[in-house]
Amino acid sequence: MKEDAAELYQQREKRVQDAIALRVPDRVPVLVLFAFFPARYCGMTIQELMYDPEKLFQTQWKTMVDFEPDMDNNPFGLRYLGPILETLDFKPLKWPGHGLASDHTYQYVEGEYMKVEEYDHFLLDPTDFMIRRFWPRIMGGLSGFQLLPPLHNIISYYLGISMGFRAFAQPEVKAALETLVKAGEKSLEIATYSSRFTQQAREAGFPMQYGAVTQAPFDTLSDFFRGMKGTMLDLYRRPQKVIQACEKLLPFMLEMAVNGTRASGNPRVFIPIHWGLDSFMSPEQFKKFFWPTLRELMVALIHEGLNPCPLWEGNCTARLEIIKDIPAGKACYAFEATDMVKAKEILGGTVCIRGNVPLSIMATGTPDKVRAYCKTLIDTVAKGGGYIMDTSTGLDDAKPENVKALFDFTREYGVY
Amino acid sequence: MDQKLIELMADLKEEETSARVRELVEAKTDPLEILAAARAAMEIVGKRFETFEYFIPDLVMAGEILTAISGIVKPLMTKGMEGPKKGRVLIATVAGDIHDIGKDIVTFMLEVSGYEVLDLGIDVPIQTVVEKTREFQPQVVGLSAFLTLAFDSMKQTIEALEAAGLRKNFKIMIGGGQVDEEIRQYVKADGYGRDAIAAVNFCKEWIGGGS
Repeated sequence: MKEDAAELYQQREKRVQDAIALRVPDRVPVLVLFAFFPARYCGMTIQELMYDPEKLFQTQWKTMVDFEPDMDNNPFGLRYLGPILETLDFKPLKWPGHGLASDHTYQYVEGEYMKVEEYDHFLLDPTDFMIRRFWPRIMGGLSGFQLLPPLHNIISYYLGISMGFRAFAQPEVKAALETLVKAGEKSLEIATYSSRFTQQAREAGFPMQYGAVTQAPFDTLSDFFRGMKGTMLDLYRRPQKVIQACEKLLPFMLEMAVNGTRASGNPRVFIPIHWGLDSFMSPEQFKKFFWPTLRELMVALIHEGLNPCPLWEGNCTARLEIIKDIPAGKACYAFEATDMVKAKEILGGTVCIRGNVPLSIMATGTPDKVRAYCKTLIDTVAKGGGYIMDTSTGLDDAKPENVKALFDFTREYGVY
Repeated sequence: MDQKLIELMADLKEEETSARVRELVEAKTDPLEILAAARAAMEIVGKRFETFEYFIPDLVMAGEILTAISGIVKPLMTKGMEGPKKGRVLIATVAGDIHDIGKDIVTFMLEVSGYEVLDLGIDVPIQTVVEKTREFQPQVVGLSAFLTLAFDSMKQTIEALEAAGLRKNFKIMIGGGQVDEEIRQYVKADGYGRDAIAAVNFCKEWIGGGS
């Protein structure tokens, strides 16, 4: 690493960690999730970035060095998805070239991928449920696994082994195993590109924002298993099952984050929050179903020496008093549409606050509007440290001049 | 109207509500009265949503209960018994965007409030919105977009309605995700709303039929 790049790396890392620890950094850190912005910025389609890892690398790199964020986001795990999803015939996503036009972002198709009557199977053995019921349902390439017996019954020579493996001789299961091998190769390719990007960015002086990603257990249950409608009705019809399922998912969500940070050596854990906002649940429902396992997850991460970094989507102003209840100086809460001044008032002594220049301004407004919004944030929320400048969420669509205004203005006006 | 039914349903007591409806049906209550009570209960649910007593799960549950009531009562009715609708509303998630959760709740709440709703679904091509608007002649057009990439598609849809000479016939309301006043001005809509009740209120204001 060149010496000045090494120094820049340390400065940037310290700037962000100071903010998270509620200290006053040299200036307000500024970072965004570039998401698919690099495609438009570099004149490529989103489809190209989802299928061509070199193009993804180059466009992300150019965006990073042009705007010089204090930290970047490794794009590979979230963007280079075309080949692996095709290999698996992954069904709950539409993406450019696969149900959507080449310049559109991929979009998740909600569904009841776990049925009501499958709660008990899930609660008994989530992994068994996932391999034999859930994977075949969401990935056509793994449909053969429906034929497998419960693998937890294959224990020893006469207890399972002697006849237990016969399903693996069936052509459908063989095909699914072959698909897995191919998917393994694609995963390895994504991981290789991902480490290469992080390494080269490090050598150029740019740390990565996050070392791992995980989710609130409730979000995982709702997003991927039960679907929105299913989950919301479950709150009425089988509230205990919802709580039990969240508790079952909690250690998995923790493990995912801890393993990710160990592999990357980066303590910051990204936690996108999907169903936590004010209008999606009453405060009572939030306190009963959503918050307990999320809080437990974040506290456990903090005990591991890590920094939970939830992105609270939507407006969470009415949640602020509730979500304040975690150890101070360890977490960073990014907000989308929450009242930032209120957030500072209530959470200021507890967590670092990040956000929230609206994407509507970034996409349709002027640099002057961006600067005015940033100025208000710096004058109010950034006071006394513990604040990171960012847009309200990922930047798929934004005018480059607005992005430039956000970075330049913060670097200039955000000096403490 | 049956007060007990209204209360049970407004309090989202699923099983008790169904049981009460069966009792009323057995007592040969006019099916229209049962539906009127259900609608009155939905009005209360809507009010509670506006005053932050109820939230989305409660609306979804109310919808489930209403669907169950309709399932029991509708077979007992003859066609045309329900009477005239309050007005026509066309709903679509614009081209390039496949998000439907918010849109579906808006459609549902508008139907419950007595409007005739034509929901064109998700990822609706601009030309389809124009053609269906010409055919259906709505008084209100509601466009939904969750993605920022769909702002332009929303803008182009409204421009196409303008170019087709249809724009003066109806009001346009928009909503979803990042949509705010900034976007309302950008796409030139008449109003933007944060939730389904806001959509109902726009229709009441623009078409009439408020209770």
